[in-house]
Amino acid sequence: MSAPQQAGAKDQVARLLTLVPFLHARGKVRLDDAATALGVPADQVLADLKVLLMCGLPGGYPDDLIDVDLDALEEPEGDGVIRVTNADYLARPLRLTPTEATAIIVALRALRSSAGEDTRAVVDRALAKLEAAAAHGSGAPRIDPGEIPGGPDLVRLEAELRRAADARRQLRLRYYVPSRDELSERVVDPRGIVTAHGYTYLDAWCHGAEAPRLFRLDRIEAAEVLDSEIVTDPEPPRDLADEGFFPRSPDSTLATIELDPAARWVVEYYPVEAVRPKRGGRLEVDLVIANERWLQRLLLRLAPHARVVAPPEYAASYVAAARDALGLYGPEPI
Amino acid sequence: MSAARGRKSERLLNLLIMLLVQRHFVAKDRIRDILYPGMSNDAFEKMFERDKEELRSLGVPIEVGSLDVYFDDEPGYRVRPDQLSLPDIELAPDEAAVIGLATRVWQHARLAEATTEAVRKLAAFGVDIDESALDIAEPRLSADEPSFDVFWEATQERTPVRFEYRRSGATRASTRNLQPWGVVRYSGRWYVVGLDTDRGEERVFRLSRVQGEAHKAGSPGSYDVPPGTDVRATAMRLAPPPPTGETAVLVRRDAGRGLRRDAISVEPDVRGPDDRTAWDRVRVARGGSDVADELLGYGADVYVESPDEVRRLVVDRLRAVVGAVGDPA
Repeated sequence: MSAPQQAGAKDQVARLLTLVPFLHARGKVRLDDAATALGVPADQVLADLKVLLMCGLPGGYPDDLIDVDLDALEEPEGDGVIRVTNADYLARPLRLTPTEATAIIVALRALRSSAGEDTRAVVDRALAKLEAAAAHGSGAPRIDPGEIPGGPDLVRLEAELRRAADARRQLRLRYYVPSRDELSERVVDPRGIVTAHGYTYLDAWCHGAEAPRLFRLDRIEAAEVLDSEIVTDPEPPRDLADEGFFPRSPDSTLATIELDPAARWVVEYYPVEAVRPKRGGRLEVDLVIANERWLQRLLLRLAPHARVVAPPEYAASYVAAARDALGLYGPEPI
Repeated sequence: MSAARGRKSERLLNLLIMLLVQRHFVAKDRIRDILYPGMSNDAFEKMFERDKEELRSLGVPIEVGSLDVYFDDEPGYRVRPDQLSLPDIELAPDEAAVIGLATRVWQHARLAEATTEAVRKLAAFGVDIDESALDIAEPRLSADEPSFDVFWEATQERTPVRFEYRRSGATRASTRNLQPWGVVRYSGRWYVVGLDTDRGEERVFRLSRVQGEAHKAGSPGSYDVPPGTDVRATAMRLAPPPPTGETAVLVRRDAGRGLRRDAISVEPDVRGPDDRTAWDRVRVARGGSDVADELLGYGADVYVESPDEVRRLVVDRLRAVVGAVGDPA
């Protein structure tokens, strides 16, 4: 017997152990409705039910077997209602597996941290019941989803952006651009929400830039869903893991920077074309830069752990900027 | 559906039913006669082992016991109904609604499926789960780190893990052996906390810095988490969050938006270090070297007033840049 068949048999048993209690609790359920509720195609549910016919008490008498009224499901005049009899011992759902218990409890804890006070109380009640039911075996106490960054406001914003993307409606964003230290206003065609490096982004076509752009949610000051529909072709959001975080745009340029060990993290966060190890744990990297101002802010943040190797004019302007900032503190700063 | 799969499903289910409906342990010989007829010893042993394992992995607790107190060499098996099925859970409609919402939280295929499966079991129990009844937005919980699954499982099973780890700023990855105690999310990133068995000390690791694949290296249940361990508190202790504090800076009018956005206070039109523009005093609820990085990024648009520690850090770092290229003086 091949491996896929084995996995298939196990999955089939798992489905049946969910299906029978479901039918038992609901009474009259039509095949189509059961299929929808359990997320399984109807013909698969039917195939699963046929396995049940061959199962039952170990006596070997016909009365010992579980009975399924197949006529109701397969005959043209059948009413499509699933009737399973003689299976009372399978009437109750299985305990949650440790993974299931942990997954749902951790999800509820995440929900709790983003809920308002009223809902929080509801979540607490639900959590208490689930935690009691999953008392043994769950590793939930050792998995902690923490506070959702940004709290309820950001969660609400994300839901609104998702709805706009699903409805293909344009958005007007007020967005803070840190590299230019300015608030910008723009109309975008939203595509979806993506996450990378622990941040959540809106992927959208920006009509200001006439290019796709990523907007970090915690930098969106305001988002207004407009009545107008999107005008670009709908596209799914980018998979940042696949594509790399910063697809290189045609107008970007390269700068060569030397990074001390303290600044090595830059290669994880910014688009680099090449990395060359140097002595003392230093790196020489070719960095893709959008504009000189962006590079300058980055270098100042890293000061003095990054140096420009090329082009030389960037090196000169960086040192000048540092001298300018130092000048604020007077001729003999503390 | 293949006939082979159908037959195997029947056998698994019949085995479960057989062990479930008997009040006592069922002898292995009897199981063999009824469900595995005509098989050789070896073939039976192998298939029976595998079938038990598969049922167990579905959450069926198969107990092994002795049939006879005087002759304990004859093993028997049973499944206790109270151990098999979900205890009674009565959910109020609003509780059922938040549980329905929980199915949309995980942005991680396997855990999303596990949550949905849990909700199906609860629904099978007769609880109506209406996913659209509540008017709250659900958060999305992602876990993109490739090693997340291994640490998640290892934490639950208490299995040691071996992995390559590159510390922030380190050139090279080194091999680590860890007994994971817990997995914690902080600022949108996942960390694992546990006992580093090579160093004999508790340690915290950021999952995004794990290089390549992490591997389980040992058997489940091979260590205990120290009683009373609070994994979040441990993670915070070992990887302290950015120091809190308050920093006062002077900011040029029309600059420093990033600082103004979440400022504690903004005092307009104060005396600044030069007269090129007007200046405002901005106080932010951050301190330490992280805020120094941030402030340095603004260059000559921001002047640090206090505390001295941050001011000195900024000045020294600027001086290092200017000094490194050689001052004419």
